Amino acid sequence: MSRETTLERALRAEAEVPDADGLAASVGVAGRADAEGLVEIAYGLADTPLGAMLVAGTRRGLVRVGLPRESFDDVLAGLAAELSPRILELPSRVDEARRELDEYFSGDRTRFDLLLDRALITQPFRSSVLEATSEVPFGQAITYGEVAARAGSPRAHRAAGSALGANPIPIVIPCHRVVRSGGAVGQYGGGREMKEYLLRHEGWLADGE
Amino acid sequence: MTERMAKSLPPFQAFLDEHRAAVLAFLRSMVGPHDADDCFQETFIAAMRAYETLDGRHPRAWVMTIARRKAIDHHRARVRRPEPRSEVPEQAATDGIPGAGDGSRELWAQVAELPPKQRQAVALRFAGDLSYADVAVALECSEEAARRSVHEGLKRLRESPAVAREAA
Repeated sequence: MSRETTLERALRAEAEVPDADGLAASVGVAGRADAEGLVEIAYGLADTPLGAMLVAGTRRGLVRVGLPRESFDDVLAGLAAELSPRILELPSRVDEARRELDEYFSGDRTRFDLLLDRALITQPFRSSVLEATSEVPFGQAITYGEVAARAGSPRAHRAAGSALGANPIPIVIPCHRVVRSGGAVGQYGGGREMKEYLLRHEGWLADGE
Repeated sequence: MTERMAKSLPPFQAFLDEHRAAVLAFLRSMVGPHDADDCFQETFIAAMRAYETLDGRHPRAWVMTIARRKAIDHHRARVRRPEPRSEVPEQAATDGIPGAGDGSRELWAQVAELPPKQRQAVALRFAGDLSYADVAVALECSEEAARRSVHEGLKRLRESPAVAREAA
């Protein structure tokens, strides 16, 4: 019995594969799956001053940006459930979005020229709110009430808040440019500090604020 | 309909990350380090194509079923049209593959001499790290038959002079 156990253990030990080999092999799979058109959603990470962000795109365009505070596993699981599980890490497929985010954070870009896939924005009112939000330029901000009005329902500022909270493509759809009427910045999916950072970065908040 | 079934599936990347080490270990034990990468790609590309059909099954056993078929296809293809490379000594094939050349694979060289069913069962169990129930799924046989194949394979290994020498 003990002899059999020794043999079994020796077989396992001898078969063991270094993790780097498994990783290299799986990168090969991703490249080939992409070439064969099997990938519905490709993603990669973007380094920003606030931490790594997740950038995910379909053939139609950028579909999701995950903020540093979010669990990327949860973000990807959500994409698998809502859109497609054919998701692979292919940073080169989202290079453009990563580059534009880079430029935004380094101060070289004030508007994004990216194709967006709005597949996760399914409700008409939310869609209108995010459309209106997209019109707010760099360095400016409007209130929840204003964005609700621009979306066609002036009194729906709460619903507008929910729509902004559910923004699947933050930063690029600049929901951080919607603030409370009293002058407070209000809530943000990435945390209030991040919203303040973004508004300071764009000069809407003064450096000391 | 397909979309509905897909809802419970994890992102394919997570599936790949979870099973890549076991699948690569299994394939190296079946086709050698050099050809394992090709079979590995074939396996996961096929898995991605059929991903929705995984729904409700045991993922590790499912992907290993595909890997086993790819390994068998590979062996058949080699028999049909042996490549010139097959005349090069086995060691040369591991050149440039990290980790493939260092640790000795003497035991697995002996496993390769076993009858096909026993070889596959031993590889699924100890390289693929499967339970006997999953070995049975991957071999498309009963669990009892899977246990028997592993047991007989191990018995034969212990009887082989090379293994006996190592154990001594």
